[in-house]
Amino acid sequence: MTTAVLDAPAASAAQSVAARMKPVSRSADTLFRWLCLGMAVGVLALVVLVGWQLWSGAQSAIHKFGVGFLTRSAWDPVQGEFGALPFIYGTLVSSLLGLAIATPLAVGTAIFLTELAPNWLRQPIAFLTEMLAAIPSVILGLWAIFIMLPLLPRYLFPFLKKTLGFLPLFQGPTYSAYSMIAAAIIIAIMILPIITSVSREILRSVPDLQREAAYGLGATRWEVTRIAVLSYAKKGIFGAMILGLGRALGETMAVTMVIGNTPKIAASLFQPGYTLASVIANEFAEATTDDYRNALIAVGLVLFGVTVVINLLARLLLKFGNTQTGAVH
Amino acid sequence: MSAPSASKSYPGQVSEGLRRWRKGKSALVTFLCCICAVIVVTPLALVFGYLVFKGAGSLNWDFFTKLPAPVGEVGGGIVHAIVGSMILVTLAALIGVPVGVLGALYLTEYSGPRFASCVRLGADILNGVPSIVWGIVAYAILVLPHGSPFSVGHFSAIAGAIALAFIMIPLILRTTEEVLLLVPNGYREAALALGIARWKISARIVAKTALRGILTGVLLAVARVAGETAPLLFTALGNSGWSQSLKEPIAALPLQIFTYAISPYDDWHRQAWAAALVLLLFVLGLNVSLRFFTRERVSAQPKADSDKPTAADAVVATVATRGAAVQVQ
Repeated sequence: MTTAVLDAPAASAAQSVAARMKPVSRSADTLFRWLCLGMAVGVLALVVLVGWQLWSGAQSAIHKFGVGFLTRSAWDPVQGEFGALPFIYGTLVSSLLGLAIATPLAVGTAIFLTELAPNWLRQPIAFLTEMLAAIPSVILGLWAIFIMLPLLPRYLFPFLKKTLGFLPLFQGPTYSAYSMIAAAIIIAIMILPIITSVSREILRSVPDLQREAAYGLGATRWEVTRIAVLSYAKKGIFGAMILGLGRALGETMAVTMVIGNTPKIAASLFQPGYTLASVIANEFAEATTDDYRNALIAVGLVLFGVTVVINLLARLLLKFGNTQTGAVH
Repeated sequence: MSAPSASKSYPGQVSEGLRRWRKGKSALVTFLCCICAVIVVTPLALVFGYLVFKGAGSLNWDFFTKLPAPVGEVGGGIVHAIVGSMILVTLAALIGVPVGVLGALYLTEYSGPRFASCVRLGADILNGVPSIVWGIVAYAILVLPHGSPFSVGHFSAIAGAIALAFIMIPLILRTTEEVLLLVPNGYREAALALGIARWKISARIVAKTALRGILTGVLLAVARVAGETAPLLFTALGNSGWSQSLKEPIAALPLQIFTYAISPYDDWHRQAWAAALVLLLFVLGLNVSLRFFTRERVSAQPKADSDKPTAADAVVATVATRGAAVQVQ
């Protein structure tokens, strides 16, 4: 992508024109330019603002609890004990599980949209997946509480116990539908659109020559997709996954509504859990003491740090994957 | 690929069995990808269907014109939440649109490529920040007593609007930039040759040419923040009645849905469904009509390739994936 900046001769011409203009117009020019610059710098300032606010807010918690904040599992605001481990665990497990559910579906859809579907069907389906992204999180949560949750103990849990029951993840009692699994399913639904959409872009950037060459060798449709397209787009699709993970970690409302909000680390996925985002959502408004609030801000700092790193990583992967495919054109 | 006569074999000939196996595998994967696409689109249909099924019955005149009934009494409406959401989103747009649009103008019209990519990186980082984190930032600046010189000292509509504006800014910056880059450089050069002041070129020619696209991006950003709940939880807080000023807590539609959804009352659940239907109709309606509206004009031009995205598609995709789709192009 290139910016639409004027090239050197045009810019110098603009300057000489500016020199001959009426003073009013010239000062308006300068004013407008500085105004725009201010806004652009404002965006950078916003990055600093977020980082600084979270950092300074979390300072006292960092001093008080040190690294132990991340490794202790007790969360008892009444006793003044704050350990973020259950939330880190809950966030990681629910996000990774959601990613595991969403990735095959999203990549399959992306393949369908770029390689298989008839032309007239591509835009409508792509549009529908983008509309899925437009559903507000809280509405998905409402739907999940009243429609999805009652179905889980009846159909999904017994099925999982029967087929995967030998794993400790799928053992133990299933008291309630509020569980890690419910959160993972909701997260999967929420990150499907972004993984689909980005994978689709990646697949579309694979040059047609690749496909034609594979067809020319007598490959079947799937072989073309596997050999010529997917192996080419591997890195990009991985980038799309990481991007999806970044979104998954920060999903708040719908997850808060179904995960059960219990700060405990349980081996079973049928048990309720808690995530970094949902503990902030649930407890921040009621955090009465300074320690409590600062601990929650520190949780926010962890969340912010992790998502920034993940997003930068995804950006790097997508960019790297892209220059590689771009070189062939 | 079949041999002309089955009796004679030659080196490199593929057996009939292998050929059938390869074709079968290809058909199977094609089928699986179709299933994936169906599964990805299903949640949208399910959520929308249930909202209409459960919520449409509760939509009546009272619902749009009355305040909530006291707890335990049936009836009442959510007019305060609808108005509250409108106020919050309008305020957020008043702050977010100028910053986003003018910032993007600076990037495409004035800035060098280095600064532009720097700001773009910043915006991408901001787009990845979980919305709950914006709530913390707005809280620290505007709600926390003595948190900053601007602090109101308690939960307020202003804090909620600022939190939403923070989400809008990077989103609008990215979509606007995307559209401005589509304006042909010839327009700028022609205007310069006529001796028109630079700021007039930016504002009256470039921005005006791209106005439709910019507007699309702005409205989609509005649709996005209208459904945000997490950043409002401890900034706008919510209110069961009217707010007298912007310095007081204010109700919002997503907050109301959340409160009602996790409450134990059946009548509140009923209202949550209805409120969710209203919100979803607004968000999806805006998305669909913008797409349709912009598509209309595009289709007047000769269509080269229906698979290629139009400017409107790009803007929708940018908002749906919060800027991620732009990176891979």
